[in-house]
Amino acid sequence: MTAFSAIHEEHESDKEDFTPGVEPQPTWCPGCGDFAVLKALKGAMPELGRSPEEVMLVTGIGCSGKLSSYFESYGYHSIHGRALPIARASKLANPGLEVVAAGGDGDGYGIGANHFMHTARENHDMTYIVFNNEIFGLTKGQTSPTSPKGHKSKTQPSGSAKDPVRPLTLSLASGASYIARTAATNPRQAQQIIAEAIEHDGFAHIDFLTQCPTWNKDAKEYVPYTDVQEEYDFDKTDRREAADMMYEAETKLYEGEVLTGRFFREENRPSYGQEKRSTGEMPEDPLAERYYDDDDGFERVADHLIERHK
Amino acid sequence: MTGSELKWRIAGGSGDGIDSTSQNFAKALMRAGLDVFTHRHYPSRIRGGHTYVEVRAQPDDVRSRGDGFDFLLSLGDSFARNPDDEAYYGEEELKPLYEHFDDLNEGGVIVYDSGLIDDEAVEEINLYERAEENNWHVYPVDLRGLAREHGREVMRNTAGVGVSAALLGVDTSYFEELMQEVMGGDIAEANIETLNAAYEQAAEFDHTHDLEVPKGDHDSEQALVTGSDGIAYAALDSGCRFISGYPMTPWTDVFTIMSQNLPHFGGIAEQVEDEIAAASLAIGASHTGVKAMSGSSGGGFALMSEPLGLAEMTETPVVLIEAMRAGPSTGMPTKPEQADLEHVLYTSQGDSCRVVFAPGNPQEAYEQTRKAFEYAYDYHIPAIVLYDQKLGGEMRSVPAEFFDREPDSDPGAVLTEDELSEAAHDAAGKFKRYSHDGEDGVVPRSVPGQEGGRFLATGNESQEVGHISEDPDNRKHQMDRRMEKLTSIREDLNAGDDSNQAFHGPADADYGILVWGSQQDTVFEAVDRLNARGSSVKALGVSDMMPYPESEVTAFLESVEECLVVEMNATAQFRGLTQKELGRFGPKMTSLLKYDGEPFEPSEIVEGFEATVEETDLPGGNMELRPAAGD
Repeated sequence: MTAFSAIHEEHESDKEDFTPGVEPQPTWCPGCGDFAVLKALKGAMPELGRSPEEVMLVTGIGCSGKLSSYFESYGYHSIHGRALPIARASKLANPGLEVVAAGGDGDGYGIGANHFMHTARENHDMTYIVFNNEIFGLTKGQTSPTSPKGHKSKTQPSGSAKDPVRPLTLSLASGASYIARTAATNPRQAQQIIAEAIEHDGFAHIDFLTQCPTWNKDAKEYVPYTDVQEEYDFDKTDRREAADMMYEAETKLYEGEVLTGRFFREENRPSYGQEKRSTGEMPEDPLAERYYDDDDGFERVADHLIERHK
Repeated sequence: MTGSELKWRIAGGSGDGIDSTSQNFAKALMRAGLDVFTHRHYPSRIRGGHTYVEVRAQPDDVRSRGDGFDFLLSLGDSFARNPDDEAYYGEEELKPLYEHFDDLNEGGVIVYDSGLIDDEAVEEINLYERAEENNWHVYPVDLRGLAREHGREVMRNTAGVGVSAALLGVDTSYFEELMQEVMGGDIAEANIETLNAAYEQAAEFDHTHDLEVPKGDHDSEQALVTGSDGIAYAALDSGCRFISGYPMTPWTDVFTIMSQNLPHFGGIAEQVEDEIAAASLAIGASHTGVKAMSGSSGGGFALMSEPLGLAEMTETPVVLIEAMRAGPSTGMPTKPEQADLEHVLYTSQGDSCRVVFAPGNPQEAYEQTRKAFEYAYDYHIPAIVLYDQKLGGEMRSVPAEFFDREPDSDPGAVLTEDELSEAAHDAAGKFKRYSHDGEDGVVPRSVPGQEGGRFLATGNESQEVGHISEDPDNRKHQMDRRMEKLTSIREDLNAGDDSNQAFHGPADADYGILVWGSQQDTVFEAVDRLNARGSSVKALGVSDMMPYPESEVTAFLESVEECLVVEMNATAQFRGLTQKELGRFGPKMTSLLKYDGEPFEPSEIVEGFEATVEETDLPGGNMELRPAAGD
């Protein structure tokens, strides 16, 4: 008998199960790349046999943060930049949950970059999708951490003097064990990559290029795109080759060439949960289950800790 | 000198073993049948820097550090950096000696390590001149030499304990027993040899003092605990199995106790990248069904402001701990203050909807942390335990049976899957987690992974299943429902027979003293002294900061002619809160404030009371009186 039967029982699901049956309909602008993330995520979940109530989707703030409103599952629309610490605690508390975090490039590479780095290095078994549109959209078009150098906006009227963040390289250096880039304009690849990322036993980071037709008209529609697996010869399990490939993809993006695909994959690296269980600092059974199991007696402080104070 | 109490102080540099020695000394006296209390003074530094711990022992009911002290064991600072008294921070090697001159009571005893501090140095600080003026009894002992000969040089502290035992008439068997328990093996043997050699040498001295350890006898076995122990043990007994934090003095004590013990209790401790993450992880774990906590001190707690508001809005239960130290900013990291009250009550945008308890001693720390978990999980609200460096670090003897409690694994207001199948859902099957119809403001929640429980938690205002909503009527409903929790919690607290407020003194006294948090028991000691010499005073120690205990404080203030409000800050924050909550009594309340990093001594409260009621002048020192409204 489990308190969480959504996790432990077999379910057949389809795309519609992950679509809210009533309002709200997405409020994203027509032509927005965010629709593609929603569609790919909805497609990947049934492909992997997941059901809405075993999925915990934690989002940040911005247009991307609305993903949890339009995707049917347990959702947590948190605060700007803090989706990752909430999501990874959820995974620690109940490893049976399929945990996905999502946010924008400002959310993940700006205000929440510290959490991005540390969640990656800890290699939590979860998926992190960053909607990268190179702009702050919901606040109406300010320069973001991935905006190209020289990008003009209301807050950078003379053009940004900063080089953009290199998200893939940052992810690799931080310790993510699966790193990919896909684009809204490539829905087939997007769904495959999301499915792979979810299946991956470790921290999987997807830099998802999502065009903003309203506030970033200068940016390309992320077409044409090139799949690095088809056009380049590199070994994505080799850290050095992956780093070179990432550097090239990040540079080319600002030259108008969109390189997508799988950039890095580290197999056989234990996830954080496995590491913590191996040092005896995390219980074998899901912690959350203990509170809902009547037979699980909680130990008394009096029996274990008071003797040393006498 | 009376034989009714002993205040022994050990002073040295950080790294000279001051903490461990004082802990053993306190425990030995506790085992000998005395009630003990310690006061800890240390710098924000790893090696060197003047540090001391004071142990007060008496046959019964020790409530505070007391006034001054009687016996100084000065080791000197073996890690001293500054060579002479021209240096900015003074002559560090000698600080553990001369810095105590102002506090040592008349007739007191000084033992110093003449192996480290030579005659010339003693001359420089006028030790013998001061001793004559104050009738002190000085015993130079080559502790370093004793330690070298019978053990190792670092055992200077043990040699000092042996000398203290001989001069005070303490049976060394208590120390031997403790050394065997704590150290074991060769180290214990060497320490015991040093202890006894020092004891024998000092027993031969010509004892000119009449100070000795009092005799006592306990009715039941005692445990030596700190406020941090009280908080951590209550969390474990409350079924808390998740902590996330980032080190910061003085909150680190609670974080350490939890991190060391959670694996044994089947839980998880996470040290994370910053306090924003720390609070967010606790919220994430709690949302997923685990009882969780986090905490910090002032600066770290400031980083938790936004997650704290998220927990209020998403109605995620969480317990946070705030260990105050002197501010603003980095302030004085190892010194106590009570200046974060307003910060903790109001930080984060929007109207505050949280529980805040400020316990006054280790037992209250335990009781109120347990209540914090109960209210957090029953009402889906953040609950904060606010304490300070003083309460967190001071040790007290408490009857061991106090901890004979049952653990609580109840996750609070959570529905089972069966209950969820009967609960209200929207047309698409989403659970109405934020239904308008909560009882006492509470809608029992679901936990991710439960069948039939899916909903959206959001920091935005939301409608019943969690979708973002800016509809004015929905907004009013949801705000009112959330705020109703505070009214319900106040009613619950009032209905219970174990108020968090502590009353002390004769009920019909003419004058009152209001106090909160760690200064409470010092005030209670002062109240006893005042009444003994003919004043008519009572005190109320307040712990409920939010929701405020309106009826208890009103009754107290109505019953007195005048009231002194004692707190360790510069802006009379608790008095301000009381006036805001009660809307009157301004002309009755005079504040006695201190914010120099040193907690009040009972005699200072007595002086403050006299200055207020009898309109005498405050004698020197760093206290300040803030007149009542209209005065």
